[in-house]
Amino acid sequence: MTAAPELPVWTALLVSLLVVAGAAITLIGSAGLWRLKSFYARVHAPTLGATLGTGGVLVASMLCFSVLGGRWVLHEVLIAVFLTVTTPVTLMLLSRATLHRDRAETQDEAPPKAKD
Amino acid sequence: MSALFQSAPWATLMLGCAITLAQILLALAMVCASLRMLRGPRAQDRILGLDTFYVNTMLLFLTLGMRQGSNFYYEAAVSIALLGFVGTVASAKFLMRGEVIE
Amino acid sequence: MSRPAAGRSTATSPTVKRQGLRRLLPHPLLFLALLVMWLLLNMSVSPGQILLGSLIAYGAAWTMTAFDMEEVRLKRPAAMIRLAGRVLVDIFRSNLAVGRIILFGLPKGRSSGFMTVSLDLASHHGLAVLAIVLTATPGTLWMNYDPARGDLLLHVLDLDDEQHWIDLIKQRYERLLMEIFE
Repeated sequence: MTAAPELPVWTALLVSLLVVAGAAITLIGSAGLWRLKSFYARVHAPTLGATLGTGGVLVASMLCFSVLGGRWVLHEVLIAVFLTVTTPVTLMLLSRATLHRDRAETQDEAPPKAKD
Repeated sequence: MSALFQSAPWATLMLGCAITLAQILLALAMVCASLRMLRGPRAQDRILGLDTFYVNTMLLFLTLGMRQGSNFYYEAAVSIALLGFVGTVASAKFLMRGEVIE
Repeated sequence: MSRPAAGRSTATSPTVKRQGLRRLLPHPLLFLALLVMWLLLNMSVSPGQILLGSLIAYGAAWTMTAFDMEEVRLKRPAAMIRLAGRVLVDIFRSNLAVGRIILFGLPKGRSSGFMTVSLDLASHHGLAVLAIVLTATPGTLWMNYDPARGDLLLHVLDLDDEQHWIDLIKQRYERLLMEIFE
């Protein structure tokens, strides 16, 4: 159940800290998805997991495999780059779709279209 | 000082516990996301829940890879990230226009 | 949806006369980024992988010319580093702030809402980077940009002081982005 690779003490400490911090931040973000009241407020919540949460786990993973393999293992950077580039796109598309729908149904929460 | 650069049984045990704790936290995060997915109330909330679910799954796979010391989970995590992006974009587009393929 | 004028997609239009390095290698930054990505993905810097990655990146860079996009030209590396530092600090700060809001709720009397900022930044690449920055710092969300007016519609989680957010975007990010891209 608690099997883990054998790492030097300093790496083990850092990796444990980073992995737990990253997971905790992700949990707070996902909890926000559950707790916040309106959709527009909820869109903010997952960015916690996509920034610091992912960052913590990715750095922990890089550190773990670099020390384990005795050479630099940096390919986790690609996931980080991919997530930072795609998260704005998904959230923007999703919130614009919501804005579009709310305007079509004239919900109070959505701001009206700019006057021409 | 040199003890810091050697492995110790207690450190390995602690790392194992930390990874387990992280996995439990991530699993709880997945529960939150899937609750939002099931509960709605509107379609965009469900898609947002799905997107978060994907990211959380990806992180869970990375922690699994760390536990096993294996690189295969990394590749799985990459494909989950890619598929999550494409899926969310397609669903958001569906919400906007009512069809995916125009 | 109607497509933009099809004639734009030919690389022979007079606007893209390339000189020097760019005649041999269009989009050098893209080439470099793709090569680095290939090497990272394969986790090796052996000559064979470098050759293969260069070939693929070269093909991709030439394929990009078909889109006839404006090329990325970065100026002022010092400004880039400053911007990266600021964004990193802000990611930590705003993560803490949003985490507190999620756990303990918004402070009394505050609410979230929409606001508009009028931007002076017009470069497409600069706007793309600004969108990434605003999304990467939790608490602000890019909703809509009106290129004709330069108005950006934002949703802010803690909309206490609209001027604070306007200052943040205009002073902290937009000035540096304009230095880098314009």
